[in-house]
Amino acid sequence: MSEFFTQAVLIAAVASGIRLAVPLLLASLGETYGQRSGVLNLGVDGIMLLGAFGGYYTVLKTDNVWLGLAMGIGVGVILGLVSAVISVTLKAEQGISGIGIYLFGLGMSDLLFQKLVGTPLPVGSFPKLDIPGLSDIPILGEMLFRHSIIVYVAFGLVPISMYIINRTTFGMNIRAVGENPEAADSLGVSVVRIRYLTVTIGGMMAGIAGAALAIDLGIFQQNLTNAQGFIAIALVYFGAWRPAGVMAGSLLYGFVNSVVLQFKTLGIIPRSWSDIAAMAPAIITILALVLVARRFRQPAALTKPFTRGT
Amino acid sequence: MLEMRGITKRFPGVLANHRVDFTVNAGEVHTLLGENGAGKSTLMKILYGLYQADEGEIFLSGERVEIHSPTDAIAHNIGMIHQHFMLVETLTVAENVALGLPSNRGLRTDLDAVSERIEELAGRYGLAIDPGAVVWQLAVGQRQRVEIIKALYRDAQLLILDEPTAVLTPQEVDQLFVTLRQMTDDGRGLIFISHKLHEVLALSDRITVLRQGTITGQVPVEGATRESLALMMVGRQVKLAPDKPPVEIGEVALEIRGLSVMGDRGDKAVRGLNLEVHAGEILGIAGVSGNGQREMAQAIAGLRQATAGSIRIGGVETTNHTPADVRKNGLAYVTEGRLRDGAIADFSVSENILLIDHTDKRYLKRGLLDFKAIKEHSLRLVDEYAVKTPTIDTPAKNLSGGNIQKMILAREMSGTPTVLVASQPTRGVDIGAAEYIHKRLVQQRAENTAIMMISEDLDEVFALSDRIAVIYEGQIIGIVDRQTATREQIGLMMAGVRPE
Repeated sequence: MSEFFTQAVLIAAVASGIRLAVPLLLASLGETYGQRSGVLNLGVDGIMLLGAFGGYYTVLKTDNVWLGLAMGIGVGVILGLVSAVISVTLKAEQGISGIGIYLFGLGMSDLLFQKLVGTPLPVGSFPKLDIPGLSDIPILGEMLFRHSIIVYVAFGLVPISMYIINRTTFGMNIRAVGENPEAADSLGVSVVRIRYLTVTIGGMMAGIAGAALAIDLGIFQQNLTNAQGFIAIALVYFGAWRPAGVMAGSLLYGFVNSVVLQFKTLGIIPRSWSDIAAMAPAIITILALVLVARRFRQPAALTKPFTRGT
Repeated sequence: MLEMRGITKRFPGVLANHRVDFTVNAGEVHTLLGENGAGKSTLMKILYGLYQADEGEIFLSGERVEIHSPTDAIAHNIGMIHQHFMLVETLTVAENVALGLPSNRGLRTDLDAVSERIEELAGRYGLAIDPGAVVWQLAVGQRQRVEIIKALYRDAQLLILDEPTAVLTPQEVDQLFVTLRQMTDDGRGLIFISHKLHEVLALSDRITVLRQGTITGQVPVEGATRESLALMMVGRQVKLAPDKPPVEIGEVALEIRGLSVMGDRGDKAVRGLNLEVHAGEILGIAGVSGNGQREMAQAIAGLRQATAGSIRIGGVETTNHTPADVRKNGLAYVTEGRLRDGAIADFSVSENILLIDHTDKRYLKRGLLDFKAIKEHSLRLVDEYAVKTPTIDTPAKNLSGGNIQKMILAREMSGTPTVLVASQPTRGVDIGAAEYIHKRLVQQRAENTAIMMISEDLDEVFALSDRIAVIYEGQIIGIVDRQTATREQIGLMMAGVRPE
């Protein structure tokens, strides 16, 4: 146990926790927009998987991580739009329809991978960026300011999302539509338009999250996300539909994951236990969810399709 | 300023509006009167762009307009105060007002400027409100002010008020009327929808009555009386208050001591409530909705846990007993939600009548339902209570509100209960059915049942009660004898002012 509590290991654990939090943070931030407007998209994991494959394959072919990320955005936007058509226009049961998107993403990403790539070939990862000045701070600099660019982007999106949701007209419309769509509609706010936008943003962010995950790891494989998309949905509840809360949840999950990884590497956990230990992040997330999330009220119109005049 | 010409609107199987002509002049209050389902709301939803008319035209200031959505209506300076407030509870007053409007600051909200303008309007029309308050914190009367400010902020020249007084105390109603009069003095036109006849007479300049989608009368307020209006609404003479023969008040049949009950949100909805209802009396419970009426009634019926206190029915302790056990001790309960917890929409009339008796030996044969006995029982009750239904096998949801209510009443009273708790017994039912239900309640009183009638309709409370108790924040704030009670006195108590 003592070998864990060395400065180097602790710093590495924190830094890798932050890194592991990134895909979750991106996906759950995106899902926050949708849910604040009243739409639950259970297909996040499927969108992440297709975004991951799209990103990976693009990097494999072009050797350009930014094109890979752009592909993730593209895939995410398209699948986000599909989700919006299903849940907003067709008014499907949101607790079920998203599972269809998930299964589609799970199967399609693997099929494409088998057909187009076959054997896993590693690709290049995001460039690192040591923030000048800040990265030289002892300990803290190593933990926080020596990451790849995508990490800064993901965490930068937290205050931006807070600002958009709380301080802009668009954000006010999102909150109104998620809480009382009839009232918003009666004042001329287009419920359909707002929900299309938020669900598409959610899809886009899930696509980015998937691409970021694949490019960060430099590989793709079947079910690469390992249900992180579902964890991301849980984190939106955990974070009480607020970007800062979602970030806290993502970090918690990232840290627990990274500590378990370190324990395994250092041999603190016996090899035979490692499968059980791998469940720890999920278990801890569920526990936190049960204990914390109940205290906050969800958007009143969450999962309820809107029809005018009823 | 407004002219609606020949408006016709059909829904599957229903002609909601049939060639309706309706006009509003600047500076007047034009009331639209009619029973539920008469087509008032449909007509107004067409005007506000929530529905499209099948036939007919709308003119504003002489010009023909097409109104396809609320946005169009707002653009034509039409505002609507909906019966169920259209407010986002988690947003502030200012945010609710600003919603849907472009901001002066581009993409960013400009709530300071909005707040300033709100305070200006509030000052002018006597609508004191804090723009920064979050709506869920506001009382009902304050929420209505927000709704009015929303319309004024959009410079509504024509304002539709859909049953705006339903949730207010009499004093709040008076205050609202002052504000509304100020608005007509500014040259605005108001459309007032209501079925409370004395309010209609107090506020209107003109009155149009709708029945089954067509206009049955259009009269100036001068010369109109409650009786003449009711005649136009129903198409026959109605008795607005039942004859009440005096009865001997008996023993305490329902005794509530120190009752506390939690609300849905874990708040204390009922706090140490004391109340007695005697055999042979109707005790009216007046109060603004949401002051613990529902929770109290549910606790009496065993449907909600009492956290403290005791309830006795006919002298027997029934606190936190099962609903079946409470019923066995002589309680009958007419719930406020007819099709939510009063009856099962998809069950037939006969099945609904059997709901409370399905374990009764009279309707069982060797442990199985005895359909012959059930049929006889149902037919007898349907006949006795004048429930209009094609057959006793018709699903309850196909009946009108009034007939569903009569069916529930028949079921609940069939066992001659010791205590009857009736919540909003005539809310949303037509005047004819209301008249009948009132008559039945008075008959039940003559049979020595102790009746607790919870109602938000003060007219009803005054018409039926022997004593009136006012509930406020989960407590009985005062009880007065019907003979000496005045509306002002009850209204003050409803607002939380304790009697001397």
